[in-house]
Amino acid sequence: MLDALLTLVIVLLKIVALLVPLMVAVAYLTFAERKIIGYIQGRVGPLHVGPRGWLQPIADAVKLIFKEIIVPAGANRFLFLLAPLLAMGPSIAAWAVMPLGDNLYITDIDAGLLYVLAVTSLSVYGIIIAGWASNSKYALLGALRSAAQVVSYEIAMGFALVGVLLAAGSMNLREIVLSQEGSLLHWFWLPLLPLFVVYFIAGLAETNRAPFDLAEGESEIVAGFHVEYSGMSFGVFFLAEYANMILISMLTSLMFLGGWLSPFQGIPVLESLFSWVPGIVWLLLKTSFFLLLFLWIRATFPRYRYDQLMRLGWKILIPITIAWLLVVGAAVVGGLGPWFDGA
Amino acid sequence: MAMPEIRNYTLNFGPQHPAAHGVLRLVLEMDGEVIERADPHIGLLHRATEKLAETRTYNQALPYMDRLDYVSMMCNEHAYVMAVEKMLGVSVPVRARYIRVMFDEITRILNHLMWIGAHGLDIGAMTIFLYAFREREDLMDCYEAVSGARLHAAYYRPGGVYRDLPDSMPKYETSKWHNTKDVERLNRNRQGSMLDFIEDFTDRFPTCVDEYETLLTENRIWKQRTVDIGIVTPERALQLGFTGPMIRGSGIAWDLRKKQPYEVYEQLDFDIPVGTNGDTYDRYLVRVEEMRQSNRIIRQCVKWLRENSGPVMLDNHKITPPRRDDVKGDMESLIHHFKLFTEGYCIPEGEVYAAVEHPKGEFGIYMISDGANKPYRLKIRAPGFVHLSALDEMSRGHMLADVVAILGTQDIVFGEVDR
Repeated sequence: MLDALLTLVIVLLKIVALLVPLMVAVAYLTFAERKIIGYIQGRVGPLHVGPRGWLQPIADAVKLIFKEIIVPAGANRFLFLLAPLLAMGPSIAAWAVMPLGDNLYITDIDAGLLYVLAVTSLSVYGIIIAGWASNSKYALLGALRSAAQVVSYEIAMGFALVGVLLAAGSMNLREIVLSQEGSLLHWFWLPLLPLFVVYFIAGLAETNRAPFDLAEGESEIVAGFHVEYSGMSFGVFFLAEYANMILISMLTSLMFLGGWLSPFQGIPVLESLFSWVPGIVWLLLKTSFFLLLFLWIRATFPRYRYDQLMRLGWKILIPITIAWLLVVGAAVVGGLGPWFDGA
Repeated sequence: MAMPEIRNYTLNFGPQHPAAHGVLRLVLEMDGEVIERADPHIGLLHRATEKLAETRTYNQALPYMDRLDYVSMMCNEHAYVMAVEKMLGVSVPVRARYIRVMFDEITRILNHLMWIGAHGLDIGAMTIFLYAFREREDLMDCYEAVSGARLHAAYYRPGGVYRDLPDSMPKYETSKWHNTKDVERLNRNRQGSMLDFIEDFTDRFPTCVDEYETLLTENRIWKQRTVDIGIVTPERALQLGFTGPMIRGSGIAWDLRKKQPYEVYEQLDFDIPVGTNGDTYDRYLVRVEEMRQSNRIIRQCVKWLRENSGPVMLDNHKITPPRRDDVKGDMESLIHHFKLFTEGYCIPEGEVYAAVEHPKGEFGIYMISDGANKPYRLKIRAPGFVHLSALDEMSRGHMLADVVAILGTQDIVFGEVDR
């Protein structure tokens, strides 16, 4: 009895230890987004709240919390309030299996990759229900777009993950990272380059980020599925979107860029010079790189149209992944070095 | 049991919509995402400009023109002062003509920068908007330096322009946000006269346009979103009464600056870009090239204005105010001043139509005078109104996202549509 209680407390502590930094990261990701896009666009971004604007995300959060949550007349109250939670839940739940280092994780399950795929797919229900429950045409259009988009990009994403699975010979995220050990060239980005690119693009689409932000499509359907949400109910969607961005960035670095492995592995002098750096630093650096890409792409590209997005998903991304799966399969069977000769 | 009736649903697009370009209300009849019918509702910005002009003297009605198409203010004024001058049968000093042409082209760049930014935002490219506004800022400063107002300039007057170009540009001052070094950098091109400032602008502007083009012109997504969207054939464009970049995008080189030159356009060297397919992408290319051509015209005007001086206003004090110090010391001037600013001037009976090549198309003023000091009737021919009436035809069969692109390519401003 006491043992069980103790385990429970430890697990809860672990969750808190993961969630608090995650939420802070989400808050400051919004700040980073505004600053970085600001500098890209020749302006300076938030500057007034706190020293050089550093308290801006806190101010935003406080503002959102104190705003009234308006439930539109004719909306399904229960589903309307459930939807943000359904969007938020999966993007947090997926973190349960994320290894942040060799021994740094909440759980280490064998089918980690499947778990992540399954859980992230659920978040679209939040969007669909939000769009339906709002009883607004704009929201409904956003939900329809989002449903179609997520379904088609999930396939490309799944195929890209199958490639990783083939290459690593495991579905455990920790083992996937460990199988990339060796050097920068041993990481899977090189043998799986097309899958790497496809996965990142599908990741952009999964998180409804520009240029695939059709579900919110500011200039077409105003704010899409969350057009009727206000205050913290909107804030939760917002949090979920940014938590998803971090999740996708981290998954990409785990599966294709060697996770917490040092980029200097196998390089004689540099390896020992940088051996004191803890693995999590490398992981966070790689994750930040992908987050920067997210923001950079948002500042650069126009938005796709609904049918063009579908065409890209079905006619380009999926065939590429299938073709490359055959290549990877052949390489694994043939034991092509330096990646697949060890096993 | 009968089959349930399948019907399209309607979507109310605007007037409170991020892409409504002001106060457009569109009632869209849609089959899924595909537009079956687009019904624009206008009038939400109606201010009765034409009626107001009937109750004001000719000079007093001028500032209303700024408020028509509020992103190309001086071009609206230009059509109005041309109409009044035509009725009066006066001709304007040549220096004033050059100044007017120069500011017409500055206005064209202002308008097209606003358009490229808004069009980019409509299609989802957000950085272009801020890039365009960076350059707009300099041109707005020119407006301010010459007229005192950044938007509603009221700078052109019947008989010339309000005053000659200033010898110095206003400068930035140090503040909480700009230290001495910043201010020095910001003021670097403001040391000389206004012409120096404009010349400096024309030197760097082509590079800025290149910058916009690197973001958009060859961008695959941009091309996917604009090529073959909202095609208008040359025949249809003529039938619909299109003008400006809308008709030139369809391949018809119709430009009033060339076809019926006014002011000094005959003496200036510039080209009229035309498109080939009449789609949104072609109209984009046409407008981008127009910015470069306007830049060329401005350079020629700056050169001429540097070399030639002279009056910028007619010396006829029945229609233009006398010098301020004359008013203080000279009885006749005082009377002229008083009469002009109270009663105005009468225009002989008759009617006139004057049109300029406005950034959006042909902007015309049709005026009837019954011999009084106010127009009997003023009719404004706004290009945006004509273009908007073709929205249904252009967007039918396209998707919702394309309607936004088509609205952007029409460069709609509600000030002139609703008047």
